[in-house]
Amino acid sequence: MAAVRVEVVLAAAEEQEAEKRRSITVEKELELEYDLGNLLAVDRNPPPAAALRGAGPRREALLRALARDNTQLLTVSQLWELPAERAGGAGGPLVAQLPEPTFRLPREKPPPKPRPPTRWEQFARLKGIRRKKKTSLVWDEQAKEWRRRWGYRRAGGDPSRAWLAEVPAGADPEEDQFARLRREKRERVARNELNRLRNLARAHRAGRAVPAAPLHPTGHQDRDELRRVARVARTSTASLGRFQPRLPKEPAEPPSRSGGKKRRFEPLLGNLAAERSRQLELLRDMGSKKPVLDITRAVNKQLRQEEAEAAAANKGKKQSKRGKRGRRQQRPGRSGKKSG
Amino acid sequence: LIYCYRKPKTKRAKRFLEKREPKLNENTKNAMLIKGGNANLTVAEVLKDIYAVKKPFAVLYKRKNITRPFEDQTSLEFFSKKSDCSLFLFGSHNKKRPNNLIIGRMFDYHVLDMIELGIEKFVSLKEIKNSKCPEGTKPMLIFAGDAFDVNEEYRRLKSLLIDFFRGPTVPSIRLAGLEYVLHFTAVDGKIYMRSYKVLLKKSGCKIPRIELEEMGPSLDLVMRRTHLASDDLYKLSLKQPKGLKPKKKKNISHDVFGTTYGRIHMQKQDLSKLQTRKVKGLKKRPAEKSAEDGGTTPKKSKSA
Repeated sequence: MAAVRVEVVLAAAEEQEAEKRRSITVEKELELEYDLGNLLAVDRNPPPAAALRGAGPRREALLRALARDNTQLLTVSQLWELPAERAGGAGGPLVAQLPEPTFRLPREKPPPKPRPPTRWEQFARLKGIRRKKKTSLVWDEQAKEWRRRWGYRRAGGDPSRAWLAEVPAGADPEEDQFARLRREKRERVARNELNRLRNLARAHRAGRAVPAAPLHPTGHQDRDELRRVARVARTSTASLGRFQPRLPKEPAEPPSRSGGKKRRFEPLLGNLAAERSRQLELLRDMGSKKPVLDITRAVNKQLRQEEAEAAAANKGKKQSKRGKRGRRQQRPGRSGKKSG
Repeated sequence: LIYCYRKPKTKRAKRFLEKREPKLNENTKNAMLIKGGNANLTVAEVLKDIYAVKKPFAVLYKRKNITRPFEDQTSLEFFSKKSDCSLFLFGSHNKKRPNNLIIGRMFDYHVLDMIELGIEKFVSLKEIKNSKCPEGTKPMLIFAGDAFDVNEEYRRLKSLLIDFFRGPTVPSIRLAGLEYVLHFTAVDGKIYMRSYKVLLKKSGCKIPRIELEEMGPSLDLVMRRTHLASDDLYKLSLKQPKGLKPKKKKNISHDVFGTTYGRIHMQKQDLSKLQTRKVKGLKKRPAEKSAEDGGTTPKKSKSA
């Protein structure tokens, strides 16, 4: 009797446990796919189409049940299994570390392109010149305090209040020195701006030096690219573009068939005078004593190349002490170098 | 900023331009919600509700804009450039396409994908009277139905919806704040979007039982026209720069049991100068030390 009762009790307890478990377990044919970085779950199981066809509260209830099951799987079995810690000490909220999102989504803008170096940057790389870290404050002897290097109340005194401008040694005594200083400053500013714009134009040009690629899809096409592509499109007809109608303002001259790339040979019996002058020039060059190869230019080119290689090789190693001075001492033969 | 012909003169302008330039890690995508020339009340309500869900990463335009996105995209691109938004939702209504909603995204301020959806039924936030989630909660997204994988247009729609609703990418999230769920079901040519608030109920064991309470906007949508990007443009937009890949640490390896191994590469050692245990008999006497050639006594270091 007692044994039967125990078994009955145990069976009842097990059923109760199973009942509780059933409320939190979810049965799915296909497992869901999760992307926890985006808090995303994808359920591939086909939903019960027939049941969902009838409108009204039954459909809502079915949708809600489906959503409940999926949410249970997403939060409890995935999101709560992530490594969690208490942010901000023992009493803070429980915070879970999310992994990186795996679902690939398109970017907003194309990735940034590295810009080509400016003329100064190229020169500095060639010579191995590095930036010297400058202090932000400079000691001003006159004011006897630390002042900014440039800007409001700078170290050299206010340039607009300078009451003395010395006439330099070889200058015209009648010339207005203040006007000269102002003019030179304006010229310097203008030259700086010009160089900045030139660097910008160079960077822009370098960025689009991809002739072989087709037209960029998102519309950042410039005039040259459009012209090139239009030319290709025009000549891609059966008669190579000879009978294509032109727009009202398009230039009417037909482009050269070779496009200027292949070698062109002059006709055999063409311009006799041109041929004669060409042959005489050739004889003159052969007979002259001056060498065709400019030795100084070649030597300078070679030296510059060597310097560039040396600078590139030493780039990784420490160079703080040697720098410009060290290398200059190493090469006594270089002429025409003045200290900056 | 680097390609600016006009350099910004104030720090504020510089910050403004820096926020908009292309970066390695991008900002969260903003959405612009636009009403068309003949938008009716339903469409206006839908836009307002979606704005409430997507705040603060959305801009709701109050005035009606008379444009047709499927015919001419320049006006949309102009708005996108001005407000720096790469997602948009355009609502309109006419006899041929009633309660029309065009959802789309941009790449480089040009239209990438656009999908036109028709609203069959709409229940707004105001109609369901219960407490709502706080603004700016990151929603959980669930997609049900095999149509989202089988059909190409549905696949793009899924990608668009994830992009639209996912919110900022965060490294960690407060577990108690996971209370908003957006559930999309694709059945029978229709897409049902429902929003629920998550409640935790006691079940018998430690693991709680999730109960859902219908909260937010619920939409019954049907797909109409689509304007999807060509494959190569889509691939171009998916391209990630190389800087984002995590750098592999060299000379570190793991084995099956979880032990981490490291490798150290030693240079060639001069075995005659090895420091071993001190043996008094071998100790150099002062006379011998001076006789050695420039012998610097090595520093006493502990032998391994």
